[in-house]
Amino acid sequence: MTDLPHDALVSGRGLTKTFGSRVAVDGIDFDVRRGEAFGFLGPNGAGKTSTMRMIGAVSPVSSGTLRVLGMDPAVDGSKIRSRLGVVPQEDNLDTELTVWDNLLIYGRYFDLPRPLIRERAEELLEFVQLSDRRDDRVDPLSGGMKRRLAIARALVNQPDLILLDEPTTGLDPQARHLVWDRLYRLKREGVTFVLTTHYMDEAEQLCDRLVIMDRARIVAEGSPRDLIARHSTREVVEVRFATHDQQVAALDDLKGLTDRVEVLADRVLLYAADGDGVASRAGDLDPAPSSVLVRRSTLEDVFLILTGRTLED
Amino acid sequence: MRAPAFARVVEREMRVFRRLWRGTAFSGLVTPLLYLGAMGFGLGGLVDERTGDVDGLSYLVFVTPGLLAASAMQTAANNSLWPVMAGTKWIRSYHAMVASPLSPGDVYGGFVVWNSMRTSLYSGSFLVVAAALGGVTSFWAVVALPFAVLTGAAFAAPLGAFAASRDTDQSFPLIVRLGIMPLFLFSGTFFPLDLLPGWLATLAVISPLWHGAELCRAATTGSLALGPAAVHVAVLAAVIAVAWRFGTRSFTRKLTP
Repeated sequence: MTDLPHDALVSGRGLTKTFGSRVAVDGIDFDVRRGEAFGFLGPNGAGKTSTMRMIGAVSPVSSGTLRVLGMDPAVDGSKIRSRLGVVPQEDNLDTELTVWDNLLIYGRYFDLPRPLIRERAEELLEFVQLSDRRDDRVDPLSGGMKRRLAIARALVNQPDLILLDEPTTGLDPQARHLVWDRLYRLKREGVTFVLTTHYMDEAEQLCDRLVIMDRARIVAEGSPRDLIARHSTREVVEVRFATHDQQVAALDDLKGLTDRVEVLADRVLLYAADGDGVASRAGDLDPAPSSVLVRRSTLEDVFLILTGRTLED
Repeated sequence: MRAPAFARVVEREMRVFRRLWRGTAFSGLVTPLLYLGAMGFGLGGLVDERTGDVDGLSYLVFVTPGLLAASAMQTAANNSLWPVMAGTKWIRSYHAMVASPLSPGDVYGGFVVWNSMRTSLYSGSFLVVAAALGGVTSFWAVVALPFAVLTGAAFAAPLGAFAASRDTDQSFPLIVRLGIMPLFLFSGTFFPLDLLPGWLATLAVISPLWHGAELCRAATTGSLALGPAAVHVAVLAAVIAVAWRFGTRSFTRKLTP
């Protein structure tokens, strides 16, 4: 452990997690700096949650090194956890308690004095817009409300680092934006985040810096803008055909239009600096495409180019 | 002095209990009192009429401590299988606990301690009612309460440890039907062990409930003898001590894999 940066709240070197013979996380290196929103982007099963659980000091490291807030989770797990705020992927709000009691009791787990918790709980419910539900049970709350309550709960100990595992998975778009909105506000206050997601738009919206994970390894690292600039082209042309046979027939011609082509089941992606030019030439092909669309490159494209697969696979 | 960490787990359970006590109080207190009515008075009347006494005691006096110990076991069993699975899998409240500074060992400790507190509440109430009805003949009955709590813990500790090691509740009904139910009936609770065939009587001696029932009976009838009592307490304490090792391990494996 000679090369750990000083300002890192979390550092992993050769970090590995195995369950029996299955390797969930395979020797990854990363650093999370103070004040940044750091993301693990990757499809389900890429090892993001296992990584997150090791950082959260609730899953022992199999090999490699991990430092969280300058401490070793194997030695100071309890101390580390006292300074973390965790929003787990699988909601574990206490359905046997009310909204208010969820905050109160969770604060007690951190051994905070009750008057202090009450004071903070008022503010936090305000912050996540749940003040009017304080005496309700948790069960009847919507998915978005539950997630916001989980975020409020994670803030009750005023953590130095917040871990969010798939913060908006399973939420409808409106609920999602409400969650994002709260996270932006925390970000503006300088809170450090680590989050996992398999939504490229979430990673682009929230992360200052991220690593892309695939099959237990990190395949790329950088800011969203960097990653796109480095691995993809500025624009992408999406070409669709009426039938799959037509797509197959047109493939050779499409490959002639630009250097990089990715073939998906229902469409072909052409990577080009000049999207409009390539699009107009694609439109003239025979068989003619049923639609041609030019858009900006996203992290989804970066993932596709690096792994040959889509994030939702 | 700071309270131990497991007290925070107990605090959560108490808060839930404050909301939901009516449902659990029924099985914890009302059921044993119904048994006391049916067995102590109904069946007891018949027994006393035919035999005069059971081991020199009226049937009501004989069965009261048996029911005390047996219901401590029942309360422990009811609250150690499915509720632990709720903590590890259904509600996942234990996962929320270990994301905080609390450790899996704290969660397990809090679970056993809370179970014991609940047992003392039900057993204490049961004792008071039974005493008012004439089921208790000695002031030594006050020590029957810790004995009942010890009996409950000797079931809660291993059952909770086991429940946390499971991924599903498939085996739980079997444990209740083939484990708890026979112990309830055949551990010197409703009739003396010497009425059992020899091999079964030997088997019953292994049952923690028999040790608990013997302790409670010695207390409520004022016939405590130091030697046997020490052995019974030691057996129950040993069960808890061994279970504690397994419990800490199974909670750790389940909650922090």
